[in-house]
Amino acid sequence: MGVAPPARPRGGLIVDGRTIRIAGGQGFYGDTPRSVAGLLAEGVDYLCLEALAELTLAILQKDRQRDEARGYTRDLPLYLGAALPAVAEGGTRVIPTAGGINPTAAARAAIDTARALGLTGLRIATVLGDDIMGRLPDLAAATSSGLAHMETGEAFDALPAEPLFASAYLGAAPIVEALRQGADVVITGRVADAALFLAPCIFEHGWAADDWDRLAAGTLVGHLLECSGQSVGGNFSGEWWTVPHPWDLPYPIAEVDPDGTAVITKPAASGGRVDLDTVRHQLLYEVHDPAAYLSPDVVSDFTSATFTDLGGDRVRVEGVRGRAATPTYKALIAHHVGWAGEARVAFGWPSAHEKARATAAIFARRVEMAGLPVDEWLFEYWGVDALGGPTAGPVDPEHEPPEVVLRAAWRCDDRDVAARVGREMVPLTLSAPPAGLTGMGRSLGGGRPSELLGIWPALVDKALVDPGVRVTVEEVV
Amino acid sequence: MARLALREICGYRSGDKGDISNVAIFADDDATFELIRREVTAERVKAHFGAMVRGEVVRYEAPNVWALNFVMHGALGGGGPRSLRADNLGKTLGGALVRLEIEVPDEWAGRRRPRPDLAWADAILDALPGR
Repeated sequence: MGVAPPARPRGGLIVDGRTIRIAGGQGFYGDTPRSVAGLLAEGVDYLCLEALAELTLAILQKDRQRDEARGYTRDLPLYLGAALPAVAEGGTRVIPTAGGINPTAAARAAIDTARALGLTGLRIATVLGDDIMGRLPDLAAATSSGLAHMETGEAFDALPAEPLFASAYLGAAPIVEALRQGADVVITGRVADAALFLAPCIFEHGWAADDWDRLAAGTLVGHLLECSGQSVGGNFSGEWWTVPHPWDLPYPIAEVDPDGTAVITKPAASGGRVDLDTVRHQLLYEVHDPAAYLSPDVVSDFTSATFTDLGGDRVRVEGVRGRAATPTYKALIAHHVGWAGEARVAFGWPSAHEKARATAAIFARRVEMAGLPVDEWLFEYWGVDALGGPTAGPVDPEHEPPEVVLRAAWRCDDRDVAARVGREMVPLTLSAPPAGLTGMGRSLGGGRPSELLGIWPALVDKALVDPGVRVTVEEVV
Repeated sequence: MARLALREICGYRSGDKGDISNVAIFADDDATFELIRREVTAERVKAHFGAMVRGEVVRYEAPNVWALNFVMHGALGGGGPRSLRADNLGKTLGGALVRLEIEVPDEWAGRRRPRPDLAWADAILDALPGR
């Protein structure tokens, strides 16, 4: 791609030497756009919206299969509707990963949103090139890993089915380039979550492409912000019931100094909490080796960071060290696995667990008698060990659970078969020996099957991906 | 020596990548961190999860935040979009790990983290129509 951030970029929002304020306004596709108003009221310089979990790309792929014009996160107009008026005033820029597997369509939606608000003159950038689907055979031949499965080591030709999407996690460079070109909104597809937040740090503070400690600092900030509520008291295992106003959890803000020292905080007039616990718990979320956190821009040593609780919902993060990035991007390649269905039925005391297990057996036998081939069964006993498995320990016969829900799930090769399996549960309402079976709302087994996708993670050489990375900027007219 | 569930001395958080679940547990001071570092080995965690975790468990340390991070391979029934499990992202596996009981010094016996006080939630629920 040939894009390197200039040593002292021009056109930033920030006077040299000032701290920049970056907000994490979205943590997943389906998060609440109501976060935006509170963050903008705090005067943030950059609003980063991270919408793409691994599972999200699979959802977007299903969306695109139904309609070629989709494949992006369709809540983007809601976020931009809330944010663009402030963007037009020149105080804030927005960086969403809403592009998913179709950034061009997302940019179209962004332009339509701006136009509907009468905000002409805004510059909408699109980052392309993370989609490596069309190049897989070439990349498998040319890339040093051969696109072997990162976990199992299997060779790429063992991919069990045709690929459905293939995306490489890009780094901060193309976002920095878009900002350098004066973009007000930068729409990306798959980029590393933290890179969204690192990019404005690089751009505004002029960090060099090999200033590893600084890049690690920006990456750590991004890592702490990319899951919205999770660093401000959401999903918190400490004394979660003491978090103020959990129904109105704000989303996090980082104040990042030119040297990479940052303060994690939140909008003042809101619920939530920022303290040492809420921040350090997020430090290890979805991390493997914390001393070598791999991202496209840098290898960060999260164990070198120092956290100081400043009080007043402010935690200072400093001292993190980084080292040279690896020569590869991580890519996710998805493939079809089969079709899943599920049924849920509830049982009352006494012997609720036994009734559930008997019903599972009866159900499976009925499906077999109906000649419906099932490739995989899963039976979960809610109230006993559905979530905890062996960690839940054995059921004490003297203290049997007062009620149990059986959740049966199955995988079939054929979609229609998966649907017909569920219907075998329905007659058991009146015909099963265990007394006390009752349906769980509408989920007796009549739901539509859902497609199961396998994810094949692989490393791909940056040198082979970068030439395909492009940044386009379009002005709203 | 006494026995104590990790729940009484550690916070936790779990995350997913593909078919890998990572669960971090967080001590609140040096002494507790040294204790869990000694007691909560990768082998012990692997045994605790039994058939739920098909692959190996690797442990990493983050002493700067008094944490241990367990990376559990083959832990999510094939990975989020592939798994038949209701908890296909392993959101509850952190809680499952802190059920683990470890040996602690006698003077730690009976240590107990506070349990939820939900007066505020009850007040909201009691005021709803139909209650």
